[in-house]
Amino acid sequence: MVDISQAKSICMDASEVDRALTRIAHQILEANKGASDVALVGIVTRGDTLAMRLRDIIRDIEGIEVPLGKLDISFYRDDFATYISPELLNTDIPFDIDGLHVVLVDDVLYTGRTIRAALDALMDIGRPACVQLAVLADRGHRELPIRADYVGKNIPSSSSENVRLYLEEIDGITAMAIFDIAPGSRPGSAPLPQKGGER
Amino acid sequence: MAFNHKHLIDIREYSADDIMLLLETAQRFKQINERRIKKVPTLKGFTVVNMFNEPSTRTRSSFEIAEKRLSCDVLNFGGSSTSSVKGESLTDTVETLCSYKIDMIVVRDKHAGVPRKIADTVDAHVIDAGDGKHQHPTQALLDLYSIWQQFGHIEGLRVGIVGDISHSRVCGSLIPSLKTLGAHVTIIAPPTLIPLNPEVLGVDEVSLKLDEVLPSLDVVYMLRIQRERLEGAPFPSLREYHMLFGLTKERDALMKPEAIICHPGPINRGVELDSYMADNPARSVILDQVYAGVLVRMAALYLLLGGNEQ
Repeated sequence: MVDISQAKSICMDASEVDRALTRIAHQILEANKGASDVALVGIVTRGDTLAMRLRDIIRDIEGIEVPLGKLDISFYRDDFATYISPELLNTDIPFDIDGLHVVLVDDVLYTGRTIRAALDALMDIGRPACVQLAVLADRGHRELPIRADYVGKNIPSSSSENVRLYLEEIDGITAMAIFDIAPGSRPGSAPLPQKGGER
Repeated sequence: MAFNHKHLIDIREYSADDIMLLLETAQRFKQINERRIKKVPTLKGFTVVNMFNEPSTRTRSSFEIAEKRLSCDVLNFGGSSTSSVKGESLTDTVETLCSYKIDMIVVRDKHAGVPRKIADTVDAHVIDAGDGKHQHPTQALLDLYSIWQQFGHIEGLRVGIVGDISHSRVCGSLIPSLKTLGAHVTIIAPPTLIPLNPEVLGVDEVSLKLDEVLPSLDVVYMLRIQRERLEGAPFPSLREYHMLFGLTKERDALMKPEAIICHPGPINRGVELDSYMADNPARSVILDQVYAGVLVRMAALYLLLGGNEQ
């Protein structure tokens, strides 16, 4: 279980996350006139787990199991020269994305640079009919002309803060929390693995 | 995890964690090599010089494919076109190259120590692509990767390396790295092809009889008999070598059912390896090794060049 007592504030609890995801699932179905052409692709880490939850909700509503994939954007990042992720991630999209309505799923939309990288990564894999973006939180501070189609919650934040999502499946607790960025640490939404822990 | 290496020259400088990070990173590149667009923009803008002062087909092509799949700009250099033919010193050559603001030199040379000399001379990253009879670290990495993929682990495996140990730079990197990862290593060869002090390499056992060791091995690593280096007549004939140390069809029955066969290539069919064994899909991972070469070289480029600027 992750300790979130250091958080400045909790901006979403588990039931708020559930309700936001249920609403996003309905919005995806409405915008795409059902689920038949929809595929969900989550950005690792956290986005892939959110995509899995969305797939389950869509199955409950529509009775259709939409294709589910996960996307690792490490090799498409624009800050490779200064930083390489310590996490060992993998892309796994076990279906052909050509012609599908691909919904990219991520936890927090911030500068937009992750989404820029994700779009490039997706285009190297295939040619979807369209790409939409679903995020659980939009915290502003965009550095690129990118916006989300589906937003769980708008969270006004300062650039000296970190907005992090914790999920039951990974962290043992579900919550969206705001932290101050510790001196010397990197901004970024996903909590990094503990030092000396699993690599 | 911290990967604090600027060069890949001496595999003995790499810890078990460093090597496993390279292998795990290599595995991440598999997915890119198996899709239609086999290229990512990660190393866009980085310039890599492949300086091969000795003939090489597979290592050079494997490096070039790895570099191109990561979007590096590649300059191939060496052979009869090198200015060493015109009498230029190695130092002058690499300093000239570095005036072009290159980021990395991948070097193959017939003299041991050349990669280190280059690393000491210029600011670029250096990967040793084989130096003399010294080391060939990316070959060791691709061997480790292939073994790891087969067994899921390396610790505790019994690895037998058969053949010309004393002329082998592959052994110079493979044996120490297998030991770093906790494997048990036996070398098997005629006495004339065993180095004077095999314990320096870190081997656990030395054997002169393949048939005695074969039943205990998980990995049988056959080295190429380098016909061009046999001027001292270390054994009476290739036929005799084949009978005593070659992996023949008959020896298949002596091997563990799950044992695999590795070979760094190119194969001398009928000398160290029968075609039956080299092409046996249940045992031979030789083509997997070639593929792994691209993956581990991509991993080395990625980890050495990434995250260095402030």
